[in-house]
Amino acid sequence: MKEYALFLGCTVPVRGLHYEVSARKTAEKLGIRLVELPEFSCCGFPLEGADHLTSFAMAAMSLSAAEKKGLEIVTLCSACTATLTKANKKLKEDKALREEVNKVLRDVGSEFKGTTRVKHYARLLAEDIGYEAIKAAVTNPLSGLKIASHYGCHYLKPSEIYEGFDSPERPVTLDKLVEAVGAAPVDYEDKLLCCGGGILGIDELSSLKMTQLKLQHIKDSGADAMTFICPFCAVMYDINQKAAETKVGGKFNLPGIYFPQLLGIAMGFSPQDMALNLNRVKVNLKFGEAKS
Amino acid sequence: MSDDVIDAETLDPDFKFEIAKQAGGENMKLCFQCGTCSGTCPVRAINDKYNPRRIIRMALLGMRKEVLCSDFIWLCSTCYACHERCPQNVRIPELMMAIRNIAIREGNIHPVYTSYVTTLDGHGRLLEVGEFENEKRIKLGLPGIKEEAARVRKLFDHTKIREKAAGKQADEKACKTEGS
Repeated sequence: MKEYALFLGCTVPVRGLHYEVSARKTAEKLGIRLVELPEFSCCGFPLEGADHLTSFAMAAMSLSAAEKKGLEIVTLCSACTATLTKANKKLKEDKALREEVNKVLRDVGSEFKGTTRVKHYARLLAEDIGYEAIKAAVTNPLSGLKIASHYGCHYLKPSEIYEGFDSPERPVTLDKLVEAVGAAPVDYEDKLLCCGGGILGIDELSSLKMTQLKLQHIKDSGADAMTFICPFCAVMYDINQKAAETKVGGKFNLPGIYFPQLLGIAMGFSPQDMALNLNRVKVNLKFGEAKS
Repeated sequence: MSDDVIDAETLDPDFKFEIAKQAGGENMKLCFQCGTCSGTCPVRAINDKYNPRRIIRMALLGMRKEVLCSDFIWLCSTCYACHERCPQNVRIPELMMAIRNIAIREGNIHPVYTSYVTTLDGHGRLLEVGEFENEKRIKLGLPGIKEEAARVRKLFDHTKIREKAAGKQADEKACKTEGS
């Protein structure tokens, strides 16, 4: 059983409990052991626009905690993924920045060495577990379900930090995962569009307009549900779906489901096990016969 | 922002060098104004207050105060769509964050960033995990979380981010009176 350090970040453990539950349960069943490190807190993402050094020092503090344990990091939030991956790469390459950051880290008894790796759980599923092994683990294929994948931004971009595991312009990994659990991937207009979450606190209406536009495109595609892999995308498409309807327009009633929830159901977990009651837009879908 | 006439006397030719020195802003001078960023930008598509090509042009011209003290610099959603297509590797999302870093030191800080700093200072995370949150977690079989603010606070002590966020660092603050 391979062991990883699970980096939860800020949003998942408070607003994405269904994401966390489904990721932990599916990981365990697939032979992945996830452990927490007490040093993990915020990845530093929110502060890159305020103070560059603080942001990188926060990322480095978490990276070095995993280094000390000799563990690689698995993330659930795409913004955490990009922040930690970018810091890991940049601090390895840029000696001056590394020294500056390590000076800050000395105050908390840490040091960045550059010996760990960071992977989003979806990437881990696609790359390390593999589509065939996932297909083999599926006992309750989600056949008949049309699922629109939302990749979000930081899972793929900036692409130079991600070693080419997927294309930033024509991504496929999430669609292939959807296929692996027996559902039908659905294409839709402007698939790469950002959820708008990055400016929710700055300009709510602009942010909701971005959210609403994608909800409309997915609705038009005839998909039964959308799937995402980032808690902030979930805040926009699921938790704020009603706000997007009221403040921008339309009526979508489009379930937004974290991919590990779909995976879990396909692997035989019940909808309760995957905490589908926590999805804000009611998930009224036929999942075949869930046998747990 | 003066839309019609730019007074050359008020331009600061050093502004582009100041940005280039700030982490994330190193590549701004490579911009040749093709507009691919603005054509790609999903925020630009729905809100014409935000126009990355224009902001870069203003910065290159030396419109220091107009850029740093504006409210449009907060509108980049950091989706990196422009970054993937920029032929000059200007690294626009990181450039926007570099501009924000300077703006904050000049006394223009968006309240969202003030709240980021305060919340992280208090809890070590952006969303508080107290008894209520932990009860919900434990009910679902998830491990409880203990906030670890002390370590984050020590980083903040070192980098003086609190002072920067409060605009206490610059002697002469460009956005002091009209900071948005």
